[in-house]
Amino acid sequence: MIDVTEEIISSSLRIATPLALAALGELVTEKSGVLNLGVEGIMYGSAFVGIATAAQTGSLTAGLIAALLSGALAGLIFAFTTVTLGVNQHVAGLGLTLLMISLCNTANRIMFTADGGQVRVDPWQPLNFGGPIFSQYWLTYATFLLAVPFVWWLLWKSGLGLKIRAVGENPEAADVAGIGVAKTRYTAIIIGSLFMALAGAFITLAFVGTFTVNIINGRGWVALALVIFGRWTIGRLLAGAALFSLVNAGQLQLRLLPSFADVPFEILLALPFLAVIVGLAISGRNVPYPGAYLKPYKRL
Amino acid sequence: MKARFVLRASTPWWRGPLLVGAAALLTILISAIMIRWAGGAPIPAVRYMFISPLQSRFGFTESLLSATPLVFTGAAVAIAFRAGYWNIGAEGQLLAGTIGATWVGLHAESLPRFVGVPLILLAGALFGALWALTPALLRTRLGIDEVVTTLLLNPVALLIITGLLNGPWRNSESGFPDSDVIADSTKLWIIWPNTRVHFGLALGVVVIGLCWWFVGKMSGGLKLRAVGLAPNAARIAGLPVERTLLTTALVSGGIAGLGGASEIAGVAHQLTTGISNNFGYTGVIVATLAALSFIGALLVALMFGVITVGSFSASRALEIPSQIGQLVQAVLLITVVSALVIQKYRVVWTTKRSEGRK
Repeated sequence: MIDVTEEIISSSLRIATPLALAALGELVTEKSGVLNLGVEGIMYGSAFVGIATAAQTGSLTAGLIAALLSGALAGLIFAFTTVTLGVNQHVAGLGLTLLMISLCNTANRIMFTADGGQVRVDPWQPLNFGGPIFSQYWLTYATFLLAVPFVWWLLWKSGLGLKIRAVGENPEAADVAGIGVAKTRYTAIIIGSLFMALAGAFITLAFVGTFTVNIINGRGWVALALVIFGRWTIGRLLAGAALFSLVNAGQLQLRLLPSFADVPFEILLALPFLAVIVGLAISGRNVPYPGAYLKPYKRL
Repeated sequence: MKARFVLRASTPWWRGPLLVGAAALLTILISAIMIRWAGGAPIPAVRYMFISPLQSRFGFTESLLSATPLVFTGAAVAIAFRAGYWNIGAEGQLLAGTIGATWVGLHAESLPRFVGVPLILLAGALFGALWALTPALLRTRLGIDEVVTTLLLNPVALLIITGLLNGPWRNSESGFPDSDVIADSTKLWIIWPNTRVHFGLALGVVVIGLCWWFVGKMSGGLKLRAVGLAPNAARIAGLPVERTLLTTALVSGGIAGLGGASEIAGVAHQLTTGISNNFGYTGVIVATLAALSFIGALLVALMFGVITVGSFSASRALEIPSQIGQLVQAVLLITVVSALVIQKYRVVWTTKRSEGRK
């Protein structure tokens, strides 16, 4: 029993890593008043660019750097369309997601699968500090020990965070106070995209070591839900990530039980998504959206 | 030097078409670069993709066939967006429709066709609407953002299909994860002899017509548009905002589900995990490029049908990835939407000096 519990906690941490990273990125973005529906696509793009670069250069680090660059570039495109041009954020974000997915599928076909092959790298190995719980990928440790406190500090303790929250709540007032609204939103979107890119790179460079079509499979949408579930606070956001990951790790264990042998495992795979929707139904009411959520800002 | 976008006092009539044309050219240029990278010759490839489907009867009718599901999802997305309900779950609703349709199709052996066909279409629409019900209720009763919930249900629908095909609906002859072929009594009529163009296309055009007539001409449609344009004003004016949103969401899901049934009963005749080639997400592109007009959505869907068939024939002839078709559609969305915004602005270049002079 202890073994099973430890196993569930251990795999929960692994499952939670990309979700927490992507949700932190979305949190920083949304705090500036911008909804980035490109999260799924940015993860998809960095997952592919990361492993493609790693396979070509033989270096996982090079892959990670390339993945981050792809995330920053995608964030820049999104920032240009939504902040500079003021395009509808739902449309621009979803468009970015579809663009990244089709671009990577095309590139994957050209580079790797045209002759029936598949891209593969030797992924990162878990670092073992004793027991299954403390045998995790370095990026998992980095997420919970560094990224979480960093985003907390960035948003609530740093000067930049004050600016981000100001332009997210009331861009007119922030502008009058001398804060560059567009510049701050660009910064928030790109920082957010870098976190989303880390999440995508984790999946191919640590989790699976290969790339298949549909590899992100809605994780970006879960991250989006976690931000609302978390009411734009880090503690509750992590609680949501824990809920999703525990249900996910739990269903992985259920599959091994003989009494669940007849249940198609796809039905169990759907459980975590449903858990997030139930979670939203319970705690997503009257949530405090950032004041300027979805509103482009133009000085008249 | 810094660039600033300043709102134009008036927009000359030619700027819109000019910029959309430029966006289309930019899209073709980007696809040409990808085709070059894939080792194909760009100019023949572009001709294959955009022109050759229109030059043969086969290419044209196959384009109509490819456009059929997009007519449904385009209409589904457009009607929801018009009411300000951000339904991004057309993908899941279409998939739910295929589940309902397949279920009827597998159990309708002994029915006459004039019963079987309405039944399979009804099942598709019903399942699509049911799939849209939860997010709609969460939105209208509890105020929970429908964007996230409709998105989250898309992978769930696909997982259920995979589960069904690996379990109870596994093919009884081949053992592959695709369902048995549906009963003949539930297959749609071919409306263009000796082609694969089926009754689903006619139905899609009727749906477009009904949406256009209802939203544009009926008092219920006026309510729907009022709710979409100014929900608070509509509420103060005493309009039933929540009920309008709920009804629109269910109709939108039903239309998407009908599109799923049309795919099953019209062309695929069995359920597979690849039954939807991103039709729901592409529907968002279709509706957006059509500026949420229904007639426009029909035209964009037909254009996308051409691009889909074209990218497959380019792929066969020149050995370039057929995925390029979806890439073209996504690039087109971003460039055209940007162009439509840019036409309203002019760029003002400011230097440090001119900034100080102001």
